[in-house]
Order: sequence, then C-alpha cells, then structure tokens
Amino acid sequence: MLRRRLNRWFGGEDRRVDSRTIYVGHRPCPANEVFIPPKFCDNRIVSSKYTVWNFLPKNLFEQFRRIANFYFLIIFLVQVRASFVCMPTQTVISDIIFFKIRTSWLPLVFLTVLICSQGYEDWLRHKADNEVNKYRVTVLEDGRRIQKESEKIKVGDVLEVDEDETFPCDLILLQSSRDDGTCFVTTASLDGESNHKTHYTVPDTERDVESLNATIECEQPQPDLYKFVGRMHIYKNNEEPTLRSLGPENLLLKGATLKNTQSICGVAVYTGMETKMALNYQGKSQKRSVVEKSINAFLLVYLCILVSKALVCTTLKYVWQSKPGQDEPWYNEKTLKEKETNRYLNMFTDFLSFMVLFNFIIPVSMYVTVEMQKFLGSFFISWDKDFFDSEIEEGALVNTSDLNEELGQVEYVFTDKTGTLTQNNMEFIECCIDGHQYKYRDASSEVDGFCVTDGPMNTVQQKAGREREELFLRALCLCHTVQVKESTEGFIASSPDEIALVQGAMRYGFTFLGLESKTMKILNRTNDVEMYELLHVLNFDPVRRRMSVIVRSISGETLLFCKGADSSIFPRVKQEEVEKIRMHVERNATDGYRTLCVAYKHLTPEEYDQVDSGLREARLALQDREEKLMAVYNQVETGMNLIGATAVEDRLQEEAAETMEALQGAGIKVWVLTGDKMETAKSTCYACRLFKRNTELLELTVRTLEYPGKRREDRLHDLLLEYHKKTVQDAPPAKTRVARNWSSQDFGFIVDGATLSMVLNSSSENNLHDYKDLFLQICQNCTSVLCCRMAPLQKAQIVKMVKNSKGSPITLSVGDGANDVSMILEAHVGIGIKGKEGRQAVRNSDYAIPKLKHLKKLLLAHGHLYYVRIAHLVQYFFYKNLCFILPQFLYQFFCGCSQQPLYDAAYLTMYNICFTSMPILAYSLFEQHISIEMLLENATLYRQIGKNAMLRWGPFLYWTLLGVFHGLVFFFGVWFLFSNPALQDNGQAFGNWSYGTIVFTILVFTVTLKLALDTRHWTWINHFVIWGSLAFYVFFSFFWGGVIWPFLRQQRLYFVFANMLSSVSAWLVIIVLILLSLLPEILYVVLRKLFLFNFNQKSVKGIFCHFSGLSNVFASRWKSLVVFILFFGVFFIFFLFFYCV
Amino acid sequence: MMASSYNAKEEDGHHSGASSGTGVSKNKKPDNTAFKQQRLPAWQPILTAGSVLPAFFVIGLIFIPIGIGLYVTSNNIKEFEIDYTGVSSDSPCYNCAKNFTWNTTEPCVCTVNFTLHQPFESNVFMYYGLSNFYQNHRRYVKSRDDRQLNGDLSALTDPSKECEPYRKSGDVSIAPCGAIANSLFNDTLVLYYVDSNNSISEIPLVKKGIAWWTDKHVKFRNPAGNGNLTLAFKDTAKPVNWAKPVYELDPLDPENNGFINEDFIVWMRTAALPTFRKLYRIIQKKSGATPTLPNGNYMLNITYNYPVLSFDGRKRLILSTISWMGGKNPFLGIAYITVGSICFCLGVVLLIIHHKYDNRNTSADIPS
Repeated sequence: MLRRRLNRWFGGEDRRVDSRTIYVGHRPCPANEVFIPPKFCDNRIVSSKYTVWNFLPKNLFEQFRRIANFYFLIIFLVQVRASFVCMPTQTVISDIIFFKIRTSWLPLVFLTVLICSQGYEDWLRHKADNEVNKYRVTVLEDGRRIQKESEKIKVGDVLEVDEDETFPCDLILLQSSRDDGTCFVTTASLDGESNHKTHYTVPDTERDVESLNATIECEQPQPDLYKFVGRMHIYKNNEEPTLRSLGPENLLLKGATLKNTQSICGVAVYTGMETKMALNYQGKSQKRSVVEKSINAFLLVYLCILVSKALVCTTLKYVWQSKPGQDEPWYNEKTLKEKETNRYLNMFTDFLSFMVLFNFIIPVSMYVTVEMQKFLGSFFISWDKDFFDSEIEEGALVNTSDLNEELGQVEYVFTDKTGTLTQNNMEFIECCIDGHQYKYRDASSEVDGFCVTDGPMNTVQQKAGREREELFLRALCLCHTVQVKESTEGFIASSPDEIALVQGAMRYGFTFLGLESKTMKILNRTNDVEMYELLHVLNFDPVRRRMSVIVRSISGETLLFCKGADSSIFPRVKQEEVEKIRMHVERNATDGYRTLCVAYKHLTPEEYDQVDSGLREARLALQDREEKLMAVYNQVETGMNLIGATAVEDRLQEEAAETMEALQGAGIKVWVLTGDKMETAKSTCYACRLFKRNTELLELTVRTLEYPGKRREDRLHDLLLEYHKKTVQDAPPAKTRVARNWSSQDFGFIVDGATLSMVLNSSSENNLHDYKDLFLQICQNCTSVLCCRMAPLQKAQIVKMVKNSKGSPITLSVGDGANDVSMILEAHVGIGIKGKEGRQAVRNSDYAIPKLKHLKKLLLAHGHLYYVRIAHLVQYFFYKNLCFILPQFLYQFFCGCSQQPLYDAAYLTMYNICFTSMPILAYSLFEQHISIEMLLENATLYRQIGKNAMLRWGPFLYWTLLGVFHGLVFFFGVWFLFSNPALQDNGQAFGNWSYGTIVFTILVFTVTLKLALDTRHWTWINHFVIWGSLAFYVFFSFFWGGVIWPFLRQQRLYFVFANMLSSVSAWLVIIVLILLSLLPEILYVVLRKLFLFNFNQKSVKGIFCHFSGLSNVFASRWKSLVVFILFFGVFFIFFLFFYCV
Repeated sequence: MMASSYNAKEEDGHHSGASSGTGVSKNKKPDNTAFKQQRLPAWQPILTAGSVLPAFFVIGLIFIPIGIGLYVTSNNIKEFEIDYTGVSSDSPCYNCAKNFTWNTTEPCVCTVNFTLHQPFESNVFMYYGLSNFYQNHRRYVKSRDDRQLNGDLSALTDPSKECEPYRKSGDVSIAPCGAIANSLFNDTLVLYYVDSNNSISEIPLVKKGIAWWTDKHVKFRNPAGNGNLTLAFKDTAKPVNWAKPVYELDPLDPENNGFINEDFIVWMRTAALPTFRKLYRIIQKKSGATPTLPNGNYMLNITYNYPVLSFDGRKRLILSTISWMGGKNPFLGIAYITVGSICFCLGVVLLIIHHKYDNRNTSADIPS
C-alpha cells in the first residue's frame, strides 16, 4: 500500500499518463513549443542478483532464512561468548572439550563456502550481462553512423540492424532494405515460433530517415508480446502533422532476429529492463525443495524438544537443589565464583549449558551430509550414459544439485510444444482427394509419383480423376502465403505447415516458383510454367480457422481456393462431398496429424466484382475494419467444392508419446503450454497421446467465446460454470475414482492466452465468482491441459497459479527456447532441453537434458531414487541423533541434573563425524530399493512417493518413536545392569565412563545395523562402509583408551573399553539390547511385506514395495505404530512378569 | 536368515573396460562403468517371513537357555548386605553418626554384629556401598587432575583449575587435588568371625587387586622423589578433609602408598549412579574344604570417619561371591529370557500368519 502511494508521489508524470512520447532521433518537433527530453531507463540488462555493495547483507539474509543456519550461528555464539561470560557453560564446553568448538565451527566454514560459491555464480551472471550490454550497435545520429555500446542506447535513438542480428531493444520499424517496406524476423527466442514473421514499416516514413521529424506516442511498457498500441505524428515542413497508427506489426522486439532482410532502421521505443523481453524475464530466485521445507519443520520440532529438555532439566536441577544437603554437600562444594553469581544468572547459564549439552540432537552434520549427498549424487545424472545424445554429443547437465529429490515429487509437468514435444519440422504425410487416400511413399515406384494405398473408401475406383488430382495440387500450390527464399532454394512462411504443403505438392510434380508482382508461377508436371494472377489473400485468423486466395488464371477464370480446419470448411461446402472425406480427416486427426481441408470455388466475373469492391471498401474502413472484412470473407467463402484433405505431421521428438504416457502413468499431470496456434498444438497433443480418442475436449478459447448475442465476458462465465459442473461437480468423488480409473471420462482442457488473461484479470470486475478458482479446479480435474497462444510471462503465470494452488503441488517445467525461460524459472524444477535454438533455456534451467525422452528416466528412476535416498537420510539423521542424546538426557535424572555428559567428549564429537556418517552417506548415494529397470517399467511406482510420502508427519513420528524406544532401551537396559556395577569376574566395579561406553557401543551398533536392515542394495561400498565403520569404532575405542594422551587433562577413557570387553556381562547386555532394539523394525518389515504381498501382488507383482500408500493394513506408517505399540506392550508385560518372578 | 540374491549385472562389469576406451575418444560421452551407471553388482537381501522365521526360533532357542543359565548363576551368588549408617537410635553407629565432627583426633568406633545363615564358598568380595552420593555430579566428576595423579611434577605443584575449590590450601597446592580425592572414603572396616564358643578371630582382608591393573600401574603414579614419598610430596598440602597426607595412606607398603594406593584408585573411578558399591577388600578362599566365610556370627568393626547423614546418604557393607558374570544381578537373565520368549512367540505368530497367507500364493516370496 505504502509503496504504491510512494510510487504515485515520486513516479512523476510518467506514471500518471498511460503513454510515453518519443522524439525520433531526438529531434525537437515544431508542434511542441518546449522540447523536454523525456527520461527513460537506459538499455542495460541486469540479470545478476547482487551488487558489490549489497552482496553480503542480502546474501546473509537469505542464508539465515534457513532456520538451521541461524541456529548454528546462535549455538556458535553461545559457545564462544559463554566462555567469557559465565562459568557453568564454559565448564560444560570444556567437558565437551576442544572438539566441540571445532564442530560448531564447521557449519560456519560451510556457510562461508556457500556464500562464496553464490558470489561466484553471480559474478558469472555479471559477466554474461556485460557481454550483452557491451555489444556494439550502429546508431544513426545526424546522418552519421556511430558505433555504440548496446547499453548506451536511449529511447528515441535510430538504430540500424543487419541481417541475422538480434534487435538490441524494442524498435519501431522505420525503414527496410526490402522494396515493399517489410522485413522478416524470427521470434524463436521469445515465443518459440521459429517461422518468419513479417513486419511492416510505418507508411510515409520510408523515404528518408535522416530528415524524419516525428514523435511517437505509445503505451507504457507491458509484457504482452502481441500487443502494442501507438501512433506517430509526422511533421513535414509547416504542414499539418500526419497521423499514423502503430500496431504490433510495426514493433520489432528485443531478442528477435532479423531474417531475409539486409538491414533495417528503427527507432528505439522501449529499452533495457522495459523491453518486452526483459519484462517477460523473471529473476532467478533460490529454489528450495520440499525436503528442505520438511527438514525445517522437523528441525523446529527438534528445537522444541531441545528447549523443553533443557527447561525440564533446569527446573529439575533447581527442584533437586532445593532439598537440604543436595545443592552443595560437603564433598562437592561450589567454587567461590559460582557462589557469588546471581541466582537467576546461574539459572540462565544452566539453561544454556543444557542447550549445549543436548545440542547434538540437532543434526548439524546432517546439513553437511545432505549437501554432500546432493553434490555427489548429482554426478550420477551427468554420468548417466542413457542421457547421452550422440547427435549433439552431450549428456545431461546439472546446474543445481539442490533439487535432485524434487525430481521424485513432481505432480505437474508443464511442457513447451515447439522443440520440446515436437521437432518443429512439418512433414507432408498423405492427402486424400475425393475420398481416395494418397500416401507418399517413394516417388520412383510409380510414374506419376502417386502411390495409392488402400483407403477404406476406394473399393471400386483406385484413383480420383486426373483432373481432380491436378486441381487439388494446384490448390496446394496457390493457396498459401509462402515466399521463395532468394539465396537458397527454400521457402519462408509464417507457418511451417504451409511449407510442408507446398513441398508436398512439389513431390507430386507441382512446384511453386514464386510470387512476382502479383503473379504466382507454378511449374506443373509437364514442366510448363503456369501463371496465376493473385487477386486477393483472405488471411488466416484463428476465429475463421481458414485462409483463401482468389486467383485468376491465364484463361481468365477466377478461382477461389480455400484451405482450413475441417470444422470451418465442412459447413461451407456442398454436403454430399463431405462424408467421403470426413472419415479420412478424423482418422488422420486421431493419428496426431494436422489436417487441413482444401476447397475451391469458381467465381463469375459478377461475383468477383462484388467481392473485390467489398474487400476494398472494408480495407479502407477506419472503424470496425476487422468486422467488416470478416463479413466479406464469410460471404465469399460459401458454397465451395471440397476437393480433398491433407495430413501434415509435426514430427514428434523421439519417444515423446511414450514419455508422456509414462509420466501420466506416474500420476503426473501434463500441461502443454505453447505460444503456437491451437490447431497445431491440439494435433500434437493427440500425437503425444495426451488427448486420446475418448477424451472429451473442453475448449475455452477466443473461438468458443464468439457466441452470437452474448458478451464475451458472459460467455466466459457460462462456459466456466458449465465446464466446472462437468468436471468437478459431476465427477465421482476422488476415492471411487481411483477404483474406476479406467471407466471414468477423461477430460482435456484447451485454453488460449487471450482467454486466460480474461480469466486471470476477472477478479476485479466480477467479485461473485472467482474465475481463477473455477478455472483452476477445472484444470486440476482434467487429465491434460493445453494452453496455446501463451506469452512467456503467461506461461509463468500458469505455473505460478498451479504452484500456489491448494496443496502446493510440485511443478516441473520443460522447455528449450528463451520463451520458456520464465516458466522454467518459475516452476519448482526447471528442465532445459538442449535444443538447436539457443542455450538460454539450458542456462536458466536446473537440469538440462538432450532430449525430451530423457525426462522419463530423470523423473521415474533418478528422481524416485534421490527422493527415497534423501528422505531416508533425513529421517535417519534425526532418529540417530535422538537416540544418541536421549540417554544423555535421561542420565541427567541420575546425576542431579548437573549437565554431566554420559559419553566421553571424543565419542560425542566422533559419533556424527566418523562412526555413523559414512554408512548413511553410502546408503544415500547407492541405495536402489527398487532396481532402475523396474522403476522405468512400472511408472505407477512413482505415485508411491508422491506428496512427500516419506517425510510427512506420520513417518517422522514413526522414526521419532523408534528413536525414543531405542534411547530408552539403551539407557535403561544398562541402568538395570548397573544396579550392581561389579560386572567383572574379579569383582571390580565399573564407573560412569564405562556406563557411557556401554551405552555408546550399543548405540553405534544398533544405529548402524538399523541402516543395514534398511539397505536393500548392498554394493561392496556399502559392505565396506558399514562393517568398516563398526570396525573403526572398535579400533578407535581401543586406541583412544589405550594411550595416556598428554594433551588431555583427564584420562577418562583409559582402558575403559578394553575392560568393558573383558566383562562377559557387558557383552551379553550389548547383544541382547541390540537385538531388542532391532526387533520391532524386523517385525515391522516382515509383517508389512507379508501383508503387502497379499494385497498388492496383483498390481505390482514380485516387487517389494518399500513405500506403499495403497489401501492395506500395514502400508501406512501410522498403522505400523500399532505394531510398534503392541510390541512395546508385550515387551514390558514380559519383562515385568519375569522381574516379579 | 535372509533370502538373498546376487544380482550382478554382468554385461556392465565386463564391458566397462572396453567401452571406457571408446569413451575417451568422444570426450564428453559418460564412461560406461558399473559405478557411474549405478550398476554395481549388489546383494539384495529381502527380509521375508520365510527367512526371518527360523531366525526368530533360533534366537528364542538360544536366548532362553542362556537366560535361564544367567538367572541360575545370578541366584547362586551369595550376597550379604548390611546398612551401618546409624540413622535409627538403636543402631550401633547412631552415636558416631550423630556426633560427627571433622576435627576430632579421637576416631569414633562402632561395632555391628550380624549373622550369615549360609556359608560363602570361594573368594568373597567385600564392598562398601554408598547411596544418594552423587559421584557422577558434573562438578564432582571433573574435579580431578589426572596429570597430577600420573606423577607429573608441574601438575603436582600447579594443579588443574578444574580442582577448584579443592585446588590450593592457602598458597600450597593440594595433592591429590579436587573434590573426588578430597572426599575419599575413609571408614576402616574390620571383619571378625565369632566362633560358636565366642572366641573372636579377625578375618584376613586382602587389599591387593581391587583396582584395575592399568590404573594401578599406568594411570596412577607417584611423583618421582628418589623413593621417598614424603620428600616427593613436600611442597604440597593434604586435602582439606583428610586426616593424614597422601604419603601416609599405607605407610607399611610402599607399593600401595601415595597415589597408587588401591583404595584411593578405586575411589577415583567415579561411579555411574548415585547408589553404588566399590570394592573394598577381598577375602581369599582358604585352602581345603572349609568355606571362606562359614555361617555363623560376625562382627564388623567400623572406624566411623565418613559422614553421610548431612546429605541423607547411606553406607552399607556388602559381602558377595562372584561368578563369571560378575556380581549378583538378575537383570541379564530376565532380559535374555524375555527377549528369547518374545522371539519365540513372534516366531509362532509369524508362522501362523505366514501359513495363512502363504497358502494363497506361494510364489509371493520370490524376489524379482
């Protein structure tokens, strides 16, 4: 609120007016008395996050947003400060001696490394920015050409751009080297359309840019790529200024590339961060995985446990001390200093001491291990030879290792179409003329180049008449807006399928030679050149979904050729022809081909005159030009004759359909977000089997919103409600749907950019129905969603909307072009495809793979395994620290709550660093609870770990209870044993360090063996590390206790371990307690397996489903608690029984 | 115990050498090694009811006999315990306990009579037990200087700060310093056997071998002083609560004097729990068939130097025989019987479940 107001106050005039005025070439205009050079931002691009000045504070702030880092800092400060401030804490620290300080240094060192690496990354970004900003461009200034750095471009500068250069900022096209005042650009890096787009110069400015005196008034920058409104005032010597309107066709966007045009001149209108590209670019923010969020939540729980433990102990200490003779018995007097300190200060320092004593419960080393696991684990992705693509000779690339496990959690995949799903490489597959199928196989096999296969309709006649064939091919050759590329023998068109059609016709003998001054030339089968005069082009638009040309042949015949989508052609042709072709079209459509129907019509001279005048009139109209044109178009495109249909294949990427199917099988919802046209995208969806034959398509596009007699807003409202009713309300409730998964109706949803923006911006107008919510609900109930005509930012908006919806599902975006960058950055996980066009997507992605098909293994195998590994790692770390510290906590009740550590300092320190860290690290790197092949074959296995299944509160509670159980067993088992400390056969007694050592030995063995029980995949490394760390523990204990260490003040463990081993009782208690601790786990595993098999064997036969959320008794960890508690109960009943005996 | 399968993926193991050679030429192609492709040969154990069942039975069958054995062994150990604190007025040490003062030259002696109903065979170990004595209090545990106790001369005259407030007496440093040493248990216990004809004979108590060998011979050492302990300790003061300096702990036996006095060493090994016992003396088995301690009346002569009533503590004398598992403790036997029976019961339960479900599909346990 405040910010907005501030903006309003300080934003100045610029904010209040919705338009900006640009003086072309900074020349003052006669109309304006005073020439005020307006201020706009410069053309510098900033994608880096930090500057030299704000790096440290900003980065530190981000670091300490992680609770753990903040905690480490606090603990570190307590430990360091405490030694100066208060005695008790200091002595505890010296108890935990010198190691401890070092271990609390560790995270800080680690933090420093982290900060440094982030600084380095940002430096790289600075470098990349500089490269763009220092790029040399040519500026026309007072008739001279001046080389300037790109970042110095100001609004109003006139720039010259050569062929194949990208525009350094958004320009209004003033002059083109082409005669017709057009230029071609590709916007592949902006919206993914690799075709050439035609842009037009502003009329009347062409002649001389140098002396042009004009101002441009245009709207303030906005991110929509397809919208631009402006007008140009041109001043000629003392004449009334002429006014020209400017539209998106006059605007050249930064990031687009000039093609097929030698050079152009343009005036900069938006620069730097105000260009449409920059507005569509989103800053790279640090992505945090769900696991990390879970860790933070668990950490909070453990912090609470820690604080409450410390509180309980402090309270008990003072309760205990208040009893006479306990606080300071004659044998244990306080020092003078302790006596003098304030009682409350003492309490506080006691509290801190307990915090320090118990702080091992917070697994500091977990963070180091997690980072190591992520870092090392991500190598397996880049090492995977399955990701190697021999074409580009590259494998997968891992840009961040923070998100490995997120790959196992994906619920929504947003994929780009062009270049990701498809190769953007249209190919003519077949055609059908008069109901006869012509499939192109091999031109040489038949004389005329036709190869006829058995169409279902052609039983009597094998081929259509030759005349019809030729008419059809002529139609293909004439009805398009393709241009012949001068330099090479190629075609340029605004859509690649037009090229495919022209090339298709070429294979059948009709070659389009080009358009020369309104004359189209065709080389026919007999190598004659046919000439047609192009009279009118009735352009394609998404509402009509067809285009037509009107041509006049040499013989004077006037013909209209029309091609378009079946649904728009069929009602406009003679009905008797339709049925023959409809079948072919439908079959082709379900095969995933783009189908177009071709029709023609003879126009009598009278008819033509009428059309001609109608069109001319409409084109000159100043108001409602579009509507008027449309009326004429519709009028002329009626009563046509259907000749045939074509099928063009948008070649899919290798295994795209299989990949999509696997993803859907894994319970992932796939959304296609594309900047492309709906028809193209839809056929791709069919080809990828995202839409199936029985999928009911719900369409919410500009086309469906056109409804006679209704405002678009009302229509939108109606449609949304209707679809909502269909998908959400009428759909059976979720539970039954799982069961009748196959029988229920699949819905596919199609929405386009324009409608989407209506939906998203509706909330302010219409408060009754939140369209956004309705829309989201519809989308979530559809198996696949197709969003077409999306601007890059809209893609990101969609991702964001889903990301922030209920249950905050994990999203993944995959794309290859610069237009996908925003959605790649927005999604939880961004995948870049190493496509042919540019590397921007790869650079901004978290993972880059060479082909779409690799996504399957990346998610189903790597993602699954990483998730299971890290989830187990996290739970195990919390568990092992809990059962490590719990005995220490319990010991406080038996030592007067005096902060006496149970274990020796070396053990305290080494526990997490040496004794138990390696096995879990090896586990978290190599575990494959299900083999990779199995994971790839059974996509459904992916569902079992969905929704963070292993890190929810249920499993967490299970692990915590297990930790508590183990801690209790360790401590009280030994406690019972020590009711008579004379445990050696020579009558000698054990002391407190022996007690701690026995507990610790049981602890190390149990915790390690528990991991061994969980390990399903024993490589030699696992063997080595597990048995090795146990052996190391024994070796270390002997070594540590075998020497009088000169640097130690106290030789606490001198021969304690050796003496322990000389006692049979110690051996016996260690064995029995380890076994007892592991029993529930073994029992749990066995029982679950036993039940799982019998419930599950139909779906996943023969696999040991380690984590199943399916409907059976022991699948849920919650239920396993029953086993646990039962076991606990039985144990105590037995124990009490025998003890009483 | 576990159904397992060796799942070596041969093709990778064998081809790794050859294909990594080709991998070098295309430098970006990932090496096709088993490690990098996550295809290391691996043992994949699967815990199934079938494999765990026998283990449960075996554990049950082993643990229950061990448990019974332990229980019987523990029960066969003879133990006699008597509290001589002197809390109640009818207790012989009541006066000593009540009138205790630190600075007496005349030690208070009291005598406790008790009867052993069973003879103690073999070696008998004599313990003193203390209750509610927090030897494991942090302030107490750390209050020692092992360097000093190891005979380090610099630590002898400048003990560790941890010994505060028992570090210096005036300006002279205390040897041995610290709270543990200061509170050395100094009651003297003498045991007499009272014959049937009321003649009293002192039972010989051995004070060797009550401390850990390594403690006595390595960890604890007297400071060097040419064999003259008095000289070695000349710059030090005795602990505040001690009646005599450290070099007079056992003036008769130089091998048991000073820091290497075994009573001292035993005391210095701090107990784990506030109720504990420490080995005091050993009564060696007599040659021949006569029991070490025949049943009958005994007399315990206590030189009562150690006050415990101020912190509500108790003192006990414990006579115990020892087995291979140490002193009397029924816990281990019970634990083994409990765990063994649980395993056995679980085995039975599992067997039933296993059979019930296994009949439906026997192929279920075969891992993929």
